[in-house]
Amino acid sequence: MNKPKSTSNPDTHEDHSCCAHHDHHHDIVVENLTVKYRGLTALEDISFNTSCGNRLALIGPNGAGKSTLLKAIAGLVKKSSGNIQWRGTAVRKWSSEFAYLPQREEVDWNFPITVRGLVEMGRYPQLGMWNKFSNKDREAVDNALESLALTDLQNRQIKQLSGGQQQRAFIARAIAQEAHVLLLDEPFTGLDRTTAQTLSDLMHKLAGEGRLIIASHHDMHSAKELFNQVLLINRENIAFGDSQELITDKLLETTFNSSISH
Amino acid sequence: MDILANIDLLAAPFVGATVIGFANGFFSGFVNLRRSALSVSALAHTMLPGIALAVLITQQLTQANAFLGALLACILVGLGSVLVSRNSRIPESTALAVLYTAAFSAGIAILPHLPVVASLESWLFGDLSLMSPRDLNFIFIISTLSLALCNLFMRPLLLTMFEPNVASAQGVPVRAMQYLIFTLLILMLVASLQAVGSVLSVSLLVAPSAIMLLFTDNTKSLFWGGAIVGAVSGAGGVALSHLVNIHAGQAIVILLGIIFLLAFTFSPRYGILKK
Repeated sequence: MNKPKSTSNPDTHEDHSCCAHHDHHHDIVVENLTVKYRGLTALEDISFNTSCGNRLALIGPNGAGKSTLLKAIAGLVKKSSGNIQWRGTAVRKWSSEFAYLPQREEVDWNFPITVRGLVEMGRYPQLGMWNKFSNKDREAVDNALESLALTDLQNRQIKQLSGGQQQRAFIARAIAQEAHVLLLDEPFTGLDRTTAQTLSDLMHKLAGEGRLIIASHHDMHSAKELFNQVLLINRENIAFGDSQELITDKLLETTFNSSISH
Repeated sequence: MDILANIDLLAAPFVGATVIGFANGFFSGFVNLRRSALSVSALAHTMLPGIALAVLITQQLTQANAFLGALLACILVGLGSVLVSRNSRIPESTALAVLYTAAFSAGIAILPHLPVVASLESWLFGDLSLMSPRDLNFIFIISTLSLALCNLFMRPLLLTMFEPNVASAQGVPVRAMQYLIFTLLILMLVASLQAVGSVLSVSLLVAPSAIMLLFTDNTKSLFWGGAIVGAVSGAGGVALSHLVNIHAGQAIVILLGIIFLLAFTFSPRYGILKK
């Protein structure tokens, strides 16, 4: 198989270019990424590249390393070798341009924090430890809440939201953080049909505004409609490209049954 | 500090209990966010052997050697359990339980051999009426220090409690924050020795924000509300002790227990009647 390359164009309907206030395309390039945990190889030699405006699904069976790949891009796990480039420079540590949205079970939903409090946390990295929470920050929080239709729910504790609202609250935090790349871990798990549709529309909107969405996803069939790009992985790359072209019955079979033969 | 020195001796218990209640109440927010009420209890018990050993070695009981003994014992047991959990398959809570019960028993075993058993009792169960202006200063300094550090590092502390992984990727010194919490916890425990004693100090470091948890979902109100609950219970406990002739320390703890049960029953948000 050839080195995977981005074949699809971002399906941005709006005319404004990538990431609102920049004119050039923001690319993320992952090259030969390998991640090892205590001697076990979680990811091996992963390469792909994509850019702002796309919705990329990471698809593969359980244990294929989807979460690990998201966390490696977010800087939450160490890479053993390879590199990740964002806008032409190597990503060495966490940057506020990346936002990682955890899987549901990784969140402490009982934490006494309101939706607004959670979204305010998105401003902390820029603020550092002691800078004052200014009107500009307040505005960013207000806007993020509003764009995700959470203004009326802002004083709710995070556990008292529906699954879809909880998802949106974390996305709102990423927006308040001014993240360009949203890394979502299984965002559609546990959502009913209507809520999933809302989230799907939201992802279209966010990508349309010039953000890059990368999400791990378990369901092949819905991936075709939800995402415009897919990366099929099973610890190593299987394939990368346009979701419409790539998701074929034959390929699905390889991804889910492959016995990783080199 | 001169102002404090001039306070009427009768007022000293009031002021001391209020200040301690306020600072402990604020800090209890962290204890509840970390769900570490059990380790607070463990550390509080650990102070006994520390104090007993200090008295045994120096053959006298002063504020300074009691403080140092308690501090040292907490650090040994607390850091010891962290060390065990980091370097073995034993979880931290298990290591802590083994170490603190052993330490507590050792402390009780030492007790009969001490020259000052009677006055030691007031350290274990607290005696606000014995509080001198100097003790008050000590409490005041520790409380101010703890409040200042907590507020100075509030953002990284909250990030650390909520999502340690994300926080450390964001460059928050997660480990340093955890040590900061631990150190302050010990300081606060030692500071509340005289008000409620080592065994009952758990109450002041857990109950105030636990009460707030039954009323609020806002992180800020958890901390500041806890501080107010702590201060009010401190002062109220001293008043109560005059009315019904019991020790102030015990009165404070009983009061906190009563408020907790009332909140659990009647809170408009999370009270059981509401459900």
